[in-house]
Amino acid sequence: MSDSKFEPRIVGFLCHWCTYTGADLAGTTRQQYPAGIRIIHLMCSGAIDVVYVLKSLLDGADGVLIGGCHPGDCHYQTGNLKARRRIALLRSVMETLGLDQERVWLRWISASEGRLFAQTVREYDGALQSRGQNPLADEWDL
Amino acid sequence: MEKKLGVFICWCGSNIASSVDVDKAVAEAKKLDGVVHAENYMYMCSDPGQQKVKDTISEKGLDGVVVACCSPRMHENTFRKAAGSVGLNSYLLEIANIREQCSWVHQNNKPLATAKAVSIIEGTLDKVKENLPLETITIDLTKRVCVVGGGIAGIMSALDLANAGYEVAIIEKEPAIGGHMAQISQTFPFFQNVPQLLQKKIEEVNANPRIKLYLNSEVDVLEGYVGNFNVTIRTQPAFVDPAKCTACGKCLEVCPVSVADEFNRGLSRRGAIFRYNQTEAARIPVLMQSDCLYFSAAEVADATSCRACADICPEQAIDLDSIRTLNDEFVGAIVMATGYDLYSPLKMPEYGAGQLPDVIDALAFERLLDPSGPTGGQVVRPSDGRVPKHVVFIQCVGSRDPERHKAYCSRACCMYTAKQARLYRQQVKDGTAYISYMDIRSDSRGFEEFVQQGMEQENLVYIRGRVAKVIAEGDYLRVFTADTLSSRQMEIEADLVVLAMAMEPKAGTRELAKKMNVTIDGDAFLSETHIKLYPVESSTKGVYLAGCGQSPKDITDTVSQALATAGKIQLMFSNETLIADPLIAEVKSDVCSGCGICIEICPYGARLMNNFTRISDVNQAVCQGCGACIAACPNKACELINSTSRQFIRMIGDFAGKAEAV
Repeated sequence: MSDSKFEPRIVGFLCHWCTYTGADLAGTTRQQYPAGIRIIHLMCSGAIDVVYVLKSLLDGADGVLIGGCHPGDCHYQTGNLKARRRIALLRSVMETLGLDQERVWLRWISASEGRLFAQTVREYDGALQSRGQNPLADEWDL
Repeated sequence: MEKKLGVFICWCGSNIASSVDVDKAVAEAKKLDGVVHAENYMYMCSDPGQQKVKDTISEKGLDGVVVACCSPRMHENTFRKAAGSVGLNSYLLEIANIREQCSWVHQNNKPLATAKAVSIIEGTLDKVKENLPLETITIDLTKRVCVVGGGIAGIMSALDLANAGYEVAIIEKEPAIGGHMAQISQTFPFFQNVPQLLQKKIEEVNANPRIKLYLNSEVDVLEGYVGNFNVTIRTQPAFVDPAKCTACGKCLEVCPVSVADEFNRGLSRRGAIFRYNQTEAARIPVLMQSDCLYFSAAEVADATSCRACADICPEQAIDLDSIRTLNDEFVGAIVMATGYDLYSPLKMPEYGAGQLPDVIDALAFERLLDPSGPTGGQVVRPSDGRVPKHVVFIQCVGSRDPERHKAYCSRACCMYTAKQARLYRQQVKDGTAYISYMDIRSDSRGFEEFVQQGMEQENLVYIRGRVAKVIAEGDYLRVFTADTLSSRQMEIEADLVVLAMAMEPKAGTRELAKKMNVTIDGDAFLSETHIKLYPVESSTKGVYLAGCGQSPKDITDTVSQALATAGKIQLMFSNETLIADPLIAEVKSDVCSGCGICIEICPYGARLMNNFTRISDVNQAVCQGCGACIAACPNKACELINSTSRQFIRMIGDFAGKAEAV
């Protein structure tokens, strides 16, 4: 890693039908965003396992971005609402443990919102810049 | 045994190559674990590009391939097919998305974009390492169809399917098919006679031996999945035996009950036994259990129960002790043609509907225009039977009003209001028709001309503005409105007010959608899979949509959609079996504790408890591979095939950045 500038690493878990396609649209329309994000394709945001989120943070990611369809638009009917409950619970546990909740973001981004996807990554990158490196990465080794 | 992996990096002309150093990426890819071949090429999806992939798979005996190129949405199938053609199981090939999600979004930073591309390739390779070769799943297909709703949408799709050779069951809630179209007098934009058009189609349905009608019926339970649905149909008794009834009408005369006739929108009265409508198909009377004294008396002990109709029937065709029946239909596909209701005018108290008899909704006005309707086709005031000289038609009542009512436009009202006003003016030569509108939406063939002709030939008075209120004053109605084009307040003395109410999904659509496992939107309209590309497919495979249950539309659009649905089902039926994607959930039987959480969480009913093993099974034909059960399983006893948690954990390891930081 270069010493010059902190480039936050974001692991993105994006649902197939909305946000992954939205991320593709960001590309098609040449929206630019920081290169620190790595995208993992899920069929549905409802398939997000908190283990994946925690593992990402323990493996050094500075932030985890989960992207799903807007409420009511889930291809699998209610998967995004399941994700919302699960992530809300995870964030409350993180708060209890004194961990920074902002290391996990859940956002609704539809297939037509390429611009919003790029904007969200830029925003998250900015937020993580100001928070600095994820401290968990140095403390844990699994 | 470790897989022999190949990496093929596409330049996509300059689309990828201008921001990703493809030579460096090949060099880096070659260093990765298990990679025996890596190369780049200008257009990997071109024929020579695909040939390179195929040749290399054969020559080097690759058993895992990553193509780094555009989004898998573009060419995953292309490359999987190519791999399959040389004997590599197509599920052992994965796409690394380095165009849409890398080169195009990081155009000004080649070193970072290149590093990211390599990292995406590395993660995808780690997934491929654990991918299993898979075969598609074959599902049985029953080539029969169930159509829910016997309006014009249901009728048209049923006729097409039956004429194509398939058996169809139509489930209709009312005692006769025809739906709302049976209430309508004439069409726009050509003033065609609706009862005549509809009657012809109803006769075709009745004459078709492949169509079975379930009247007075609803879906009780839906079980099964695409190709293999079992629909349990609940039929309310008709009480009148059509085989014995001669339609003499004696029963109608003796019934002591008098209630408002729903079909005529309350403009006439009927008994508890009545003819549902004026069509030939409905000449046999039906008995409405909820209105009949025989049944209401049954709840009160010692009450003398009325049997007037049964006693007078010369043919003994009326059996008051009939009971409801349940029937099963085993079908491969279902059409949801559930239709609409008009939004209740009672929700607009400012217009006086419900209190003022001369404020009626648009369907009631259609009944006034129908020659076989309650007034013999004469437009008269419901209150005193006088011919109205000033009629105010109000458009967008309940539509386009997001704060208080429906946000959407009901689409058909601009045109049918113009039609109704023109028909009124053709009948009442010295009458005046005012139309209060927000915008005139006449956006189909012949529509604009139709409205213009109304203005020019029938002198329709269009007033742009929303009506504030309607009150009774003497024997006329005072309509308070504004003409926003000349910025004037206006008051109109009217004899009759007609409300073009918003269309909303048929009452009960929400509950039915739940039964059928079909998603609905915020207004409870049934939602399609994709608004542009899959407009008649519902969220459940094998269940299709037609008509106003999906969104408000006119007869033209309803019929187009119904025929599209019939076409889609015929396409499905052109195969002997169905093929399903094997990327679905799988259970580790030695880990599953049978807790059943997956069964509750599955949106498709694809998870079922095996009562013998007490382990939760996956119905392969129903599972859509969303992964909800996997995330919910407390024991990690299920996995999505080829997207297992091991694969995700490996990819996270590649992507989270610790390895690079060290």
